[in-house]
Amino acid sequence: MIRLVDVWRSYSLGGQELHALAGVTEDVLDGEHVAVMGPSGSGKSTLLNVIGLLDRPTRGRYELDGREVSDLDDAELSRVRRDRVGHVFQAYHLVARLDAQRNVELPMLFAGVPRAERHERARAALAEVGLAKRSGHRPSELSGGERQRVAIARATVLRPTVILADEPTGNLDRAAGQQVLELLERLNHGGTTLMVVTHDLDVARRARRVLILEDGRVVNRLAGHELKSLAEALAAKRVEP
Amino acid sequence: MRASELVAFALTALREHKLRSVLSMLGIAIGVAAVVLLTSVGEGARGFVAAQFSQFGTNLMQVTPGRLETAGIPGMLGGSTRKLTFEDAEALRRVRGVRRVVPTIVGQGAVQAAGRSRDVYVLATTSEAPEAWRLSVRRGVFLAGSDPTRSGSGAVLGPKLARELFGDGDAYGAWVRIAGARLRVVGIMESKGEMLAFDLDDVAYVDLATGMRIFDTDELSEIDVEFDPGVGSEAVVAGVSRVLRERHGREDFTVTTQAAMLETFDAVLRAVTTGVAAIGGISLLVGAIGVLTILWIAVGERTHEIGLLRALGATRTTILWLFLAESAVLAGLGGAAGLALGYGAAGALQLAVPALPLQASPGFAAAGLAVSVLTGLVAGAAPARRAARLDPIEALRAE
Repeated sequence: MIRLVDVWRSYSLGGQELHALAGVTEDVLDGEHVAVMGPSGSGKSTLLNVIGLLDRPTRGRYELDGREVSDLDDAELSRVRRDRVGHVFQAYHLVARLDAQRNVELPMLFAGVPRAERHERARAALAEVGLAKRSGHRPSELSGGERQRVAIARATVLRPTVILADEPTGNLDRAAGQQVLELLERLNHGGTTLMVVTHDLDVARRARRVLILEDGRVVNRLAGHELKSLAEALAAKRVEP
Repeated sequence: MRASELVAFALTALREHKLRSVLSMLGIAIGVAAVVLLTSVGEGARGFVAAQFSQFGTNLMQVTPGRLETAGIPGMLGGSTRKLTFEDAEALRRVRGVRRVVPTIVGQGAVQAAGRSRDVYVLATTSEAPEAWRLSVRRGVFLAGSDPTRSGSGAVLGPKLARELFGDGDAYGAWVRIAGARLRVVGIMESKGEMLAFDLDDVAYVDLATGMRIFDTDELSEIDVEFDPGVGSEAVVAGVSRVLRERHGREDFTVTTQAAMLETFDAVLRAVTTGVAAIGGISLLVGAIGVLTILWIAVGERTHEIGLLRALGATRTTILWLFLAESAVLAGLGGAAGLALGYGAAGALQLAVPALPLQASPGFAAAGLAVSVLTGLVAGAAPARRAARLDPIEALRAE
């Protein structure tokens, strides 16, 4: 479970303090599917970075699966990030010189998984996303949808408890985006917590819960099927714990 | 990550920019090749000198007039204060452990025969010289039976001198004129080659008394003492010094053992070798700067990748090692290429100039590789540190 208690992330810019997150308190239950929406600069990506342990809160508490993680040292933080969190990015972020198989192997490489097991598990992860026959291809030889599926295979190969997807369909056409969403939802149905940052209402509506962010704060929470438009959700601003 | 995995990952990065990688390897390769080649020459020179000295045996010592430690070069530039005489040499025979004593006068003179003349070194010595100096007589005898105190009529020629004077004709038994003295060739030596540019085949040997007569001197250039290796050089040096001190009333001579001379040359040449290796090392330093530059650029270009690897769970230490491995592999491969280049060049040089003493010991290869990898690690330290300190989010945002 993800628990954020009065989490702030502030930056000092030109002598002024800017708050990318301004006191976010939120629980995300195990296996939940949560979408995060908000205008540009509302703090969506910062929230995902803090939850994904790529960034640390300036203040506040962050517990992941019952453990306070905001003050871990770099090595421990990296270990928790590697084992518990899977990142899916809008731009896929695959290493161009490595083929799909080796891209998927990367987290296992850092986890010290033996070579043979690494090969086996990467092959299985690629098969799960329907790319068993594309394992030897480099990213430049794959379509956008295929690249994102490789990224999902990489994000899930160590069986994390949370998958954080930042605009996972943002660079894809409708069909490819649909395929990627189905894949993520399948993982979510399997018990993995899924948090998706999106501008796409259709993507957000598929979530069980939608968090609306504005100026670093959660200003609205609603069920996915209740979401009509971002403007309406922002206007409503009914924040309940 | 295991070392093998770090290396494999580094290779994928290096392969991505083949030309750039090869060029930066070349810097290291040239440096290592220079070190290998120059050190081979230095080591070769050391080996050459050692061989030159040991061809006369190592249980030999040389007594020269004058104190080497005080002034001048004995016997040549005013270093001598009292001459060494034949009687001094005879007195040394009673020192325990002395096997042979060879008094010698070294002079230069014209050797004339068959209408030809040749200026050579003339060594006036005794019949014990061949045994002490490990020389062999090809034909005839070496001044055998001659009395050192009475001038004889025999001379012995080095093979080159005999050839130069008599061509294909027979020198043995022929009459020659050495520095004006008419002598009969009673022996021709086996070839011995050169010793530090002194051609031992192009000399004439006469007995001591003849030498004294033709050079008009009773002063010896040196006394060579062959000693029993079982006794030990230190005891013999002490005995020889004691006898000569008693005779001269003070220590106005120098005793140098072959081993000491060899040691001195060895130390000098070792210093020279180190010096030339250091000069080669400058090229290696230039290569290291090349590796540093390339890696610094690579970190800038791959900032995004570094952010991604951090997001996937790589620690700062892992990132540090990934880049250190890259620079070590780059420099290591460069070093291996440099070794091949260095040994190849040494081989080619040896083929082109067979007389050049070259000695590339296998230890150089291991040391060369180790130095290359170490150079890579040092050169890669700053870029690797920079990579490791990147903020993952900032790095991920980089294009």
